[in-house]
Amino acid sequence: MADVALSGSALNQPRLARRMGGDAGIAWLLALPAILAYLAMILLPLLAVLALAFTDYEFGARSFHWIGLANFADMLSDRTFAASIRNTVIYCLFVAPLSIGIALGLAVLIEAGSRGKALYRAVFFLPVVSLTVAMATAWQYLLHPSIGPVNALLRMVGAGTPNWLGSSDWVIVSLGFIGVWENVGFNLVLFLAGLTAIPRELYAASEIDGARSGWSKFWLVTWPMLGPTMLFVIIITMTRSIRVFDTVQTLTQGGPNNASEVLLRTIYQEGFHYFKFGYSAAITLVFLVIVLGLMLIQTRLIDRRVHYG
Amino acid sequence: MQTRPLINDLPRLALLSLAALVVLAPYIWMVAVSVKPQDEVFKASLSLIPQKWALIENYGKVLKTIPIWTYIVNGLIVCFGILFFQVLFAVPAAYALAKLNFRGRELVFGFVMLGLLIPYQTTALPLYLGIHQLGLLNSYTALIAPFTCSVFAIFLFRQFFRAIPDDLINAARIDGMGEFSIVWRVIVPNAVPAATAFAIFSVVAHWNDLFWPLIVIQKGDLYTPAMGILAFRSVEAGEDYGALMAAALLVTAPLVLAFLFAQRRFIEGITMTGLKG
Repeated sequence: MADVALSGSALNQPRLARRMGGDAGIAWLLALPAILAYLAMILLPLLAVLALAFTDYEFGARSFHWIGLANFADMLSDRTFAASIRNTVIYCLFVAPLSIGIALGLAVLIEAGSRGKALYRAVFFLPVVSLTVAMATAWQYLLHPSIGPVNALLRMVGAGTPNWLGSSDWVIVSLGFIGVWENVGFNLVLFLAGLTAIPRELYAASEIDGARSGWSKFWLVTWPMLGPTMLFVIIITMTRSIRVFDTVQTLTQGGPNNASEVLLRTIYQEGFHYFKFGYSAAITLVFLVIVLGLMLIQTRLIDRRVHYG
Repeated sequence: MQTRPLINDLPRLALLSLAALVVLAPYIWMVAVSVKPQDEVFKASLSLIPQKWALIENYGKVLKTIPIWTYIVNGLIVCFGILFFQVLFAVPAAYALAKLNFRGRELVFGFVMLGLLIPYQTTALPLYLGIHQLGLLNSYTALIAPFTCSVFAIFLFRQFFRAIPDDLINAARIDGMGEFSIVWRVIVPNAVPAATAFAIFSVVAHWNDLFWPLIVIQKGDLYTPAMGILAFRSVEAGEDYGALMAAALLVTAPLVLAFLFAQRRFIEGITMTGLKG
């Protein structure tokens, strides 16, 4: 359509020369669909959420008032919000170290030999591509207090059989375990990339320096060389786990008694269940600030990555 | 690397296999329970093979009680609808950012970088208001439109296009091609690897998404696979794990099968692009 007319005029040589340097009109035209979609779907909604956070707007209300920081003040005395922050932090502090540690261990094991590399990598990555809601349902069966295989196993060895998803003591640990299961494969692949980038000569050199066992080679070579990858993986895992929602919504709906209420679910609940848009927007801002904080650390780290090569 | 004798490799393989078994446990049980009759499920035995097969009952119950194919088709329409617009909008914009000099380019790119920092859940409230105002709740538009501008796609394609030699583009200009036909005839064919990686990332993300569909869809005939499982669970099959696992398996299978056929591409696509999370 439009390009017929444009290619006609492109035969004009002086115009061609100008276009090598760039024709601003065409450039803006090419970017226009994306710019319009960006304005409508990202920038304006972002500004709107910033504004909403300082209002008492409720969905369906005819008017609203600017209430300054009142929403943020309300959070301080909101026990659901307090539980939500606490649980989200516990969840992240559970999922990140475990999924990173396990992924690193498995990556080193996979790299240590040549058999089955692709197979194990694929198996561990499988949860990343699986529908979370469906897999959460499978975990619900596995962790079922009376008919679940996990407790059947525990009964066989004579151990206690907790109500994994139904007791407030265990629920966040159980969700955290599912989170570890979901994230290990992702981190594993990042570590595998980091491991293959370590020059083989370093291991040979470390042997000359007396590092005979695999254990001492790991601490002398692998661990320091993986430093940049490690910092990067930590931030990525944190930003992934702070967004936990699907498993909570599927399995516990924040219960029992708010013991598994998490940030995104609180935003969803306040906004789309109680229709308190102003308050929900304020919590959204808290969520955004945390994510931006993590991203800020990440960009700092990427700068450092350059030094390591 | 030289291959060690199998006997020395056994401890490593044993450890890896044990871990693999834990990771695979939910899949194994999902398949096993989906063919077990209810009374055997409630016996809580650790046997994986059913004494009496209930394949027909369980899968039959799923097909009878929920329109699972509709959910799967909805999922496909939404994922590929989103992908179509993301690529359609991102490719020309990324080309302009990578290869054309124009005033405001840095500004536009700055906004792209800003967009990369914003999780999509942040903008849900205003988007819901807008979609409600337009009377578009419960529609494919509501599921697709919010994701049509992928700053990540723009960023990724821009990085990729910068590596395409200027000579190639200038040659096309001398041949009389306009910028629009350069984009579709020169750039797009060269962008296939980046586009494949992005496509896998995008489809996996949106096939698995629950947060946004839950907000804008109330009508059952527009449910996505994830919502379908939730609905089936709450109304029909609270404790009927056989049917529930059958439904879960049916909606998990498409992506898992695609992954098994093209795992290298999947792993590349998701980890390369997964930096966005």
